[in-house]
Amino acid sequence: MKAWLERVRVPALSIALALVATLLLLIAVSAPPLEALYQLWNGSLGRAAKIPDTLITWVPLVLAAAGLIVTFQAGMWNIGIEGQIVMGAIGAAWVVRRISGPAVIVIFLAFVSGALFGIIWALIPGFLRTRFRVHEIFSGVALDFVAGAIAVFLIIGPWSRAGIASTSGTDPFDTRYWLPTAGANGYSWLAILVALLAVAMIAVLMRGTRYGLRLKAVGKNSESAYLMGIRTDAFMLSAFAVCGALAGIAGTVQALGFHHKLVPSVSGGYGFLAILVVLLAGFRTVWTIPIALFFSAVLVGSTQLSLRLDIDSSLAGVIQGMLVLFILLVGGWQARRTRRGGGAVIESLIAPKSGGGPD
Amino acid sequence: MALSLRDIHKHFGAVRANDGISIDVEAGELHGLLGENGAGKSTLMKVLSGFIEADSGEVVLDDNTLNLKSPDDAIKAGIGMLHQDPLVFLPFTVLDNFLLGGPGKVRLDRKEGAKALQAAAERYGFTFDPAALAQSLTVGERQQLEIARLLWLGARVLILDEPTTGISASQREKLFEILRRLSDEGMIVIFVSHKLEEIEQLCHRVTVMRRGQVIGHIKAPFTTDRLVEMMFGEVVVAGERPAATLGATALSLDQLTVRDRLTTVTDLSMQVAEGEVLGLAGLEGSGQRTFLQACTGLLRPDQGTIHLNGTDLTGKGYRTFLRSGVHYLPAGRLEEGLVAGMTITEHFELVSGRKSFFVDWDNAADTATSDIADHFIKGTKDSTAESLSGGNQQRLLLAMMPDEIELLLMEHPTRGLDIESADWVWTQLLARRDSGTAIIFASADLDELLRYSDRIAVFFNGTVFAVVDAATTTPDQLGYLIGGKKVTV
Repeated sequence: MKAWLERVRVPALSIALALVATLLLLIAVSAPPLEALYQLWNGSLGRAAKIPDTLITWVPLVLAAAGLIVTFQAGMWNIGIEGQIVMGAIGAAWVVRRISGPAVIVIFLAFVSGALFGIIWALIPGFLRTRFRVHEIFSGVALDFVAGAIAVFLIIGPWSRAGIASTSGTDPFDTRYWLPTAGANGYSWLAILVALLAVAMIAVLMRGTRYGLRLKAVGKNSESAYLMGIRTDAFMLSAFAVCGALAGIAGTVQALGFHHKLVPSVSGGYGFLAILVVLLAGFRTVWTIPIALFFSAVLVGSTQLSLRLDIDSSLAGVIQGMLVLFILLVGGWQARRTRRGGGAVIESLIAPKSGGGPD
Repeated sequence: MALSLRDIHKHFGAVRANDGISIDVEAGELHGLLGENGAGKSTLMKVLSGFIEADSGEVVLDDNTLNLKSPDDAIKAGIGMLHQDPLVFLPFTVLDNFLLGGPGKVRLDRKEGAKALQAAAERYGFTFDPAALAQSLTVGERQQLEIARLLWLGARVLILDEPTTGISASQREKLFEILRRLSDEGMIVIFVSHKLEEIEQLCHRVTVMRRGQVIGHIKAPFTTDRLVEMMFGEVVVAGERPAATLGATALSLDQLTVRDRLTTVTDLSMQVAEGEVLGLAGLEGSGQRTFLQACTGLLRPDQGTIHLNGTDLTGKGYRTFLRSGVHYLPAGRLEEGLVAGMTITEHFELVSGRKSFFVDWDNAADTATSDIADHFIKGTKDSTAESLSGGNQQRLLLAMMPDEIELLLMEHPTRGLDIESADWVWTQLLARRDSGTAIIFASADLDELLRYSDRIAVFFNGTVFAVVDAATTTPDQLGYLIGGKKVTV
């Protein structure tokens, strides 16, 4: 019980502080704070009609978060995840544009292709890191831009709509290859199923398998892991591959289940947001489910705010930003107090130290 | 001018790095600070240069009690430190390095700086070019640059921490000349070293430290005997030594040359037999670690060959050495052995050799519990590595060793351990030896080296300075050898 309390303390305290700060902010701009919170709830999870909208955001977010759990476990910051989502969407779009056949097969192939594209894009920073000691954050940021540029190139170039070169996207995919939905206004049950399966898989992988155990050793102390005879480089690469696959699947879901075409901003920033989800979840896989849901609700509900209360919907961004700050603050305070153990990544954020694997 | 350190205390956790240190130094004195690694010299100098704050005690310069909270405070008070690795920004020019950290003005006066640098260079015979990039300078020249900079900033007390590591003999002579000159001009120079010869050659007076305390101050001329005795203390060697039964040659090195970042070990030939214990003596950084890492495949030799039980392992990787029965336990138990944040159960599972995809955690917890009991580890199956004491971390590391080891390589097997744990460690190691494992260990503890080794290889400046039979060597002789003095054993 005590250990359990210890574990929820950081996220709970962070969320509480962020909410208090948000309320103060609302009062400062003379908006009714409780009414605003109610609208936030009502516009996301509080009404049946809004739930699919929230889930549309939740699925890519939780997929990306599950992937990031793996790279974080290996002690790395996969900032390139945003680009991996874009490449996944491109991989999926390529399949549904090129191949026609039974929907089941084409959609399956689209998922495989999306995952493969994500893996390839993720292995680039992986190789740069393990072979050339290029930090994955820098290569990741660069590759995000490159992936975005490739998407734009395809949309206004080879895959442009007949007669028009517009960045609004490609022609919609054949409706047969849209992800199946339940009901007219619903969101794809397949996407939700895939997301839940992915989270379950990662949770088992990290906690129950020899792979997860070794990956943890690599992430926490690659020097010791190497001396134990673990192939640290191979484990780092595999972590990138697993994360890239999930990011690619998130991109596939975005393309086939939401936009129904390839658009330039297909990743929707969910990759970056997922980093915050994982930080707030304290690197525990199952926790990403409710926390991603919370982030999705804030994101979706804030559009309601602008409609009903005339508050700018960027409030969602403000809340998210404050959450991150408070997580770092509370996490850092916690780490300083205990001076050991968990939250190594948070600690590395606060007090960066030179690290790196054995040469 | 006079500098006094009065009753300086500095604790790190339970470790008393400085335990009531008092030293007085007069103007114009070249003062040596001598002691083994871990004696507390560096801590004391960091306190004096403002890098760390003492728990208690005073630093008094010219009757002013100084309040040193940062290196900036120290240099303002006139205390400058030359670090072992000179703090030079390699991509900067010599002049930019010189100006860096200069007196706080918004505008950088390059002309004035260049003039000051020129003046210092002429006065002391520095040889560098102000426009050159710092990375083109030798380590010796970087030191000169640092000295010039510290003098310009008004240093009246100059601290040098092991300044002769990594510089040539001629540069060392040059450095000594500069230091003598500075002391003639009335500066206080504090020279930190563990090399007896240099202290004897250079210093007017020396303070010897051991285990965080001052053992004594003596004036030149020094007798080496006295310095060695003060440095290492009286070493009592137990009379009976367990007899070793040597088997066939396990490890054979032939004319090995291997280098890492700081040290190069050259032309090393050596054989170690099954069931033999070879001790590696020498001050830290003299090449023992480089040697051990070559024997584990972590460093690939530039020249020469390595054979283990007749198999050529030259140029093979670490994992091949591991498979051939080599096991390496480095000094950093928590840095290069265990994983902080992981439990004892997880550690045992990591090295269990089991192959199944899923981990049977119930089974793992059971084996961990029995392994913990077998090795008398004070901790539970859920204790994390960093929560264990040093002795229990070492017990865990030994418990994690594979059953079959041909060659065991260790650094400081008992450093920081209480007597009970140390005895236990050696009981385990000797049992391994008796079953035919060849053991090579590096240690700074003369007693440990003499008590458990069959032979001792003494390292000095990257070469094996001497190989002696432990049974016929006295602690004094070994102390001489470690300090780089030839003796006949």
